Amino acid sequence: MSFPLIFERSRKGRRGLKLVKEVPRAEAYIPQAFLRQDPPRLPEVDELTLVRHYTGLSRRQVGVDTTFYPLGSCTMKYNPKLHEEAVHLFAYLHPYQDPQTVQGALQLMWELGEYLKAITGMDEITLQPAAGAHGELTGILIIRAYHEDRGEGKERRLVLVPDSAHGSNPATASMAGYEVKEVPSGPDGEVDLEALKRELGPHVAAIMLTNPNTLGLFERRILEISRLAKEAGVQLYYDGANLNAIMGWARPGDMGFDVVHLNLHKTFTVPHGGGGPGSGPVGVKAHLAPYLPVPTVARGEEGFYLDFQRPKSIGRVRSFYGNFLALVRAWVYIRTLGLEGLKKAAALSVLNARYLKELLKEKGFRVPYDAPCMHEFVAQPPQGFRALDLAKGLLELGFHPPTVYFPLIVKEALMVEPTETEGKETLEAFAEALGELLQKPKEWLEGAPYSTPVRRLDELRANRSPKLTYFDE
Amino acid sequence: MDIPKDRFYTKSHEWALPEGDTVLVGITDYAQDALGDVVYVELPEVGRKVEKGEAVAVVESVKTASDIYAPVAGEVVEVNAALEKTPELINQDPYGEGWIFRLRPLDMGHLDDLLDADGYAEALESEA
Repeated sequence: MSFPLIFERSRKGRRGLKLVKEVPRAEAYIPQAFLRQDPPRLPEVDELTLVRHYTGLSRRQVGVDTTFYPLGSCTMKYNPKLHEEAVHLFAYLHPYQDPQTVQGALQLMWELGEYLKAITGMDEITLQPAAGAHGELTGILIIRAYHEDRGEGKERRLVLVPDSAHGSNPATASMAGYEVKEVPSGPDGEVDLEALKRELGPHVAAIMLTNPNTLGLFERRILEISRLAKEAGVQLYYDGANLNAIMGWARPGDMGFDVVHLNLHKTFTVPHGGGGPGSGPVGVKAHLAPYLPVPTVARGEEGFYLDFQRPKSIGRVRSFYGNFLALVRAWVYIRTLGLEGLKKAAALSVLNARYLKELLKEKGFRVPYDAPCMHEFVAQPPQGFRALDLAKGLLELGFHPPTVYFPLIVKEALMVEPTETEGKETLEAFAEALGELLQKPKEWLEGAPYSTPVRRLDELRANRSPKLTYFDE
Repeated sequence: MDIPKDRFYTKSHEWALPEGDTVLVGITDYAQDALGDVVYVELPEVGRKVEKGEAVAVVESVKTASDIYAPVAGEVVEVNAALEKTPELINQDPYGEGWIFRLRPLDMGHLDDLLDADGYAEALESEA
């Protein structure tokens, strides 16, 4: 079932709309040196062709609106459509408007900041970062500015990450100019405290942790870890990817974390990926507040305003004020649920994961770190099965697969995060589907999927010789 | 799983083959199988001095990216440039054409701290 690219539908001279007025020419505004020499090669199509093209693509999509999507560490929960109504209310604002004319928008940002500080136990916050990894970089740059300000920038060269960490953690630290060292997990899947102690010292800038960790396990020794970090002058960074499990129940700030980034597109029902953009606010404890990006939203006697008064700021990390409409969605979500609702969402996300874990064990899957999990768990197929084949088989049976081959410390890992927005029946149907796949002949599994718009992709060729543009040049 | 007896091994699945006053380093058959099809290898710079256990190269497969650690302290004296164009050599011939870099150890005696073939086989058993 091949589907043409929009470029392949292009016919010379075809147009989708007619401009009734003469459009000002770019030459009038832009110096000659910066003007392109050739017209851009845009597809030329009529409006109906365009509508059919994208409607056709949308019908081939798999997403949380079409199917169960238990992608571990991604919290693919349902994004309520109510949010889109609220977004429309703000859709015609312009970022260059005078703050006096957008008091409602600033109030929303300020309130969201207050809610997120209350949920995470942090003192101050920036809403600028555009996504999780961007939030991480912002957080680590804040930590770097703090150490440099104290005259310890040269000495503290190392960032510690557990071996179960998200890949973005070491990547972030490295991008911020730090060396990275892995700390092994203990046999219980939690940070090995003795190994951590050996690494800590005046040469360490930060420890980056996720709690619950990527195995879905709560780091029970977190208070001990934060005490050790504090004694060594090391900043403790909280990767908010897994906040969904503890939202409203436990706060990173109370656990001793100094910096937190949140993923509004995970925990707070902002659509992910193609439906994005994301948003990665960063909360900090008071000692790090001088280094936050500017501006922040503040409340004064005459209303809300943008505060640029932060001389030690790391500067802007995003044009304007972050992905504002993502903030609107998160605000609506928090206001709709309230504290009790958020707590219930977290509790149900844990209950769903624990139930599904037991169902999969009954089907013959193994769970290498089989402690009571939080919002997600990591399973292994029985010997002889490959996680990749099961993932492709799930597509054939109408489910989006879980995360596979992550975390790296579990072989043939299937990392399953059902989220709280799924009913019991869906979890059972998913477990049945995985059980059914274990009964399929090997050849069937290796050939799956069969009836999806595209069959199994050639990952090897895609990686070794990626073709990223339509035009050959 | 093939484990040649002529060389040393680490628990992190590197092999080290002594040749004169240098050692050739690569990853084991087990490691290449676990990684799957290798798509890219990041090689170190020649002349780099490395500590034992320091991440020296990166092997990326369709599944994951994995650091390759120095089995002993020393200096990188040569890298397998063929891997830049044909990283699949690591899958096809992990103990031969798929070697990754050559080290001149500070002390050849440090090799004795590594596992021999039997020790590595045992380590694999306990891992599975």
